[in-house]
Amino acid sequence: MTSLLNIVDLSVKFPTRFGEFIALNHVDLAVRAGEIHGLVGESGAGKSTVGAAIIGLLQSPGYISGGEIHFLGDDLTTLTNDAHHKLRGQRISMIFQDPQTSLNPLLTIATQLVETIRQHADVSHSDARRRAVELLEETGLQDVENRMDEYPHQFSGGMRQRVVIALALCSNPELIIADEPTTALDVSVQKQILELIRNLCTERNIGIILITHDIGVINEITDSVTVLRSGRVIESGNTAAVLGEPKDKYTKALLAAVPRLDKRLHRFKNIVSDDEFSAEDTSWRIDDASADYASTWLLEKHSLQKTEQLSHELESRMSNTQRLADVSRSMDASFSNAESEQSILSVSNLAVTFNSGQPSWFGKEEGFKALSNINFDMQAGTVLGVVGESGSGKSTLAKAIVGLVDPSAGSMTFRGKKLPPGSARMRSHPVRRQIQMVFQDPYSSLNNRRTVEDIIAEPIKFYGLANNRREIRKLVASVLELVEMPQRAMLKYPHQFSGGQRQRIAVARALVARPDFLICDEPTSALDVSIQAQMLNLLKDLQEAFGLSILFISHNLAVIRQMADNVVVLRNGNLIEAAETEQFFSSPADDYSQMLLRETPSLNLLQAPV
Amino acid sequence: MLSFIFRRLLQSVFVMLAVSLIAFSLFRFVGDPIAQMVGQETSIEDQENLRERLGLNDPLTTQYFRFVGNLTKGEFGFSYRTRQPVSEMILNRMPATIELGLVSLIISLLVGIPAGIYTALKRGGVLANAILITTLVGISVPTFVIGIFLIYLFGVELGWLPTFGRAGTVQLGWWQTSFLTWDGWKSLLLPGITLGVYQLTLTMRLVRAEMQDVLKTDFVKFATARGINYRSLYLNHAFRNTLVPVVTIIGLQLGGIIAFSIVTESVFQWPGMGLLFLDSIRYVDIPVMSVYLVLIALMFVVINLVVDMLYFAIDPRVRLKSAHG
Repeated sequence: MTSLLNIVDLSVKFPTRFGEFIALNHVDLAVRAGEIHGLVGESGAGKSTVGAAIIGLLQSPGYISGGEIHFLGDDLTTLTNDAHHKLRGQRISMIFQDPQTSLNPLLTIATQLVETIRQHADVSHSDARRRAVELLEETGLQDVENRMDEYPHQFSGGMRQRVVIALALCSNPELIIADEPTTALDVSVQKQILELIRNLCTERNIGIILITHDIGVINEITDSVTVLRSGRVIESGNTAAVLGEPKDKYTKALLAAVPRLDKRLHRFKNIVSDDEFSAEDTSWRIDDASADYASTWLLEKHSLQKTEQLSHELESRMSNTQRLADVSRSMDASFSNAESEQSILSVSNLAVTFNSGQPSWFGKEEGFKALSNINFDMQAGTVLGVVGESGSGKSTLAKAIVGLVDPSAGSMTFRGKKLPPGSARMRSHPVRRQIQMVFQDPYSSLNNRRTVEDIIAEPIKFYGLANNRREIRKLVASVLELVEMPQRAMLKYPHQFSGGQRQRIAVARALVARPDFLICDEPTSALDVSIQAQMLNLLKDLQEAFGLSILFISHNLAVIRQMADNVVVLRNGNLIEAAETEQFFSSPADDYSQMLLRETPSLNLLQAPV
Repeated sequence: MLSFIFRRLLQSVFVMLAVSLIAFSLFRFVGDPIAQMVGQETSIEDQENLRERLGLNDPLTTQYFRFVGNLTKGEFGFSYRTRQPVSEMILNRMPATIELGLVSLIISLLVGIPAGIYTALKRGGVLANAILITTLVGISVPTFVIGIFLIYLFGVELGWLPTFGRAGTVQLGWWQTSFLTWDGWKSLLLPGITLGVYQLTLTMRLVRAEMQDVLKTDFVKFATARGINYRSLYLNHAFRNTLVPVVTIIGLQLGGIIAFSIVTESVFQWPGMGLLFLDSIRYVDIPVMSVYLVLIALMFVVINLVVDMLYFAIDPRVRLKSAHG
């Protein structure tokens, strides 16, 4: 069978101030009609550049420096912009990643569809509208006649992506480039959209290029796959062959880094990373600073905590001399409870409502219930995985515990004592230091205008954990080494590091406060799989070494399986299920949990993990 | 939407009260009104009688509420300088200023918006750069210099346009308009351009910046990838999405144009409110000054209200949010 699209020896370059950046380096790719061809790779691999080159929308100043793109008899690289523009939508369409941003917010769905249809076919407005209805129905949108005159913001993410697909289908294109079409969607919706893409491909005999970083999606839906790395094709072929028996070292490493839903690994092995430090970076050291020093310092925390806790109690109770007896009782209690087999955090009947009781002109507002009636108990030194789809209240839970939002009802107990709501948690309250947080996006959670040293030293200074400047510097360098960064990183600014390295810096900042409770809110969602594997390994190492208790939030069940000892499932602000991890994954009790597990793309083509 | 407008109206009332307080305090603190009114030979007793008759011995709060009450009834008092009713003086002058403001607004929009779109699309092009540099000169040179330059070029050297004053007016009821005659338009042109240059540059640069942002968004990329023709892509998809910030700034600027047309009016001896205000300051004509202040504030409040309502027309997301909130 001949190819619909045939890319031969394609190179794309981006001129920059520091010379030319080669985005694609002699890439070959062939796609047949009725086939879904996956393009997979980590960030910077050039996946999206391939799509942009085909449709002729390379971001300036990028340009095609060599090679050919054959599509239905034409070489697209030789077309003028106007000729290329005629092909767009007509014969080649595109589906974008984020349905929240890929529709014009000011125009109704119907307007956008009708305009696109009439752009490519000489039909009347009413005919175009009829065609729009058919297309929307084909993509599985409900109640089309009534809803098509609504605006994009009135639709949910999954429905919007159906609209985007309908728009891409407006003129019966022969080739669709889908750039991460399900990355912004929840698993259950992802499954539906992938099925829709599969059906369209088969029924209409369209060739589809599916760009993704998600091996699960590749496994689930593609017929053939091309693995890219730094603009080069690493391996290409039938999906089952590439995933089942990878030939290249990089492909093997990439597949090994994918977290498995079906098995808990002790550690990820054979990870290949693009992050390399120069000799200059690694040889620069501060006297006496070392990872060992940081470990020893962090392990001292237990003795420190007890005195701190007691002094806080004394402080808050001193005024009341009658209750001095209580203090001595609680002193005994806290010493005897020092063993790890105690509850560190317990949450009962917790609820968070936003905008409640705000006066408005027409009576009181209802408010949005982000969390209601949440109960769970967490043992010290364990990892609790919190799972849920978007809007389930995962992050609100984290914020309520760390004190960024105030609960509207219920109570929290931390180490046997009542945890006051954030607004009532004084600066001197020991919990401020004991609970630390690592955020999802390391690009926005670090201040780009401060050096890494300033960033990591801040908690040390704030909590008074070191006596002088020399000691602070030594600690910063040591902690950086502990999170596997060179000590010299402290002299640089966050923007000089990659996403994975920034996330290490964020972890270092959390660790240096000597917390015993760490909240990780989707700490690896913004990272590539190989970096994610390194990060998960690191978190496991730290958790074991320092007996940390971690509240680990993720939408990715496979990641949760690797990390958590216990799992709680949230849905629309309610706790659906709480179970021990292995038990949860072997036999989830709730229907919703079962659905989540079922809808997660399987990795059945991959070899069993070692 | 109704509750939103209601809230806005209530806020406007507070703004107006605050401004009227400042206007009222002019009477109290910018010299003694009695001393302004009477001659040197008026006896102390007569002055005291006058003071009593005008209610100037009443408590401040009483006086303030009387002032606000009179304002709402449209009784603006009498000018110290001309002894005419202030309302009459302002009504005579208002059409001239408003027409001048409108002309300069239209000039700035007709030139500024297309130029903004053009410079955003042809980034780095020769003509685009030329436009940007020219308008930069326009915004850096003080208004009166531009006015004098235009007078010299078109009025003195070329002799095409009148150099000062408002000609060819026609009476429409109480409104004196210069829109209906060729002479009227000719006399409007130079001051209109002078007043509009700043606004023009601002509009152009704002449209340009907003367009550049919108052109980078996914939905414009997606529309391009669907093969939508460039005309609709740039106007219907991109430009429409720049309107909310553009309308906000243009609205604020329109207020500014009318309120601060003083310099232009004085360069061109344009018989508008700005010139009246200047004369009033020269003769410490407090009633005129304070009414002018209140009217300008009212105008800003009304323009802002209109701008807020335009948001509803432009952006469906605002409509929905207010329907739910």
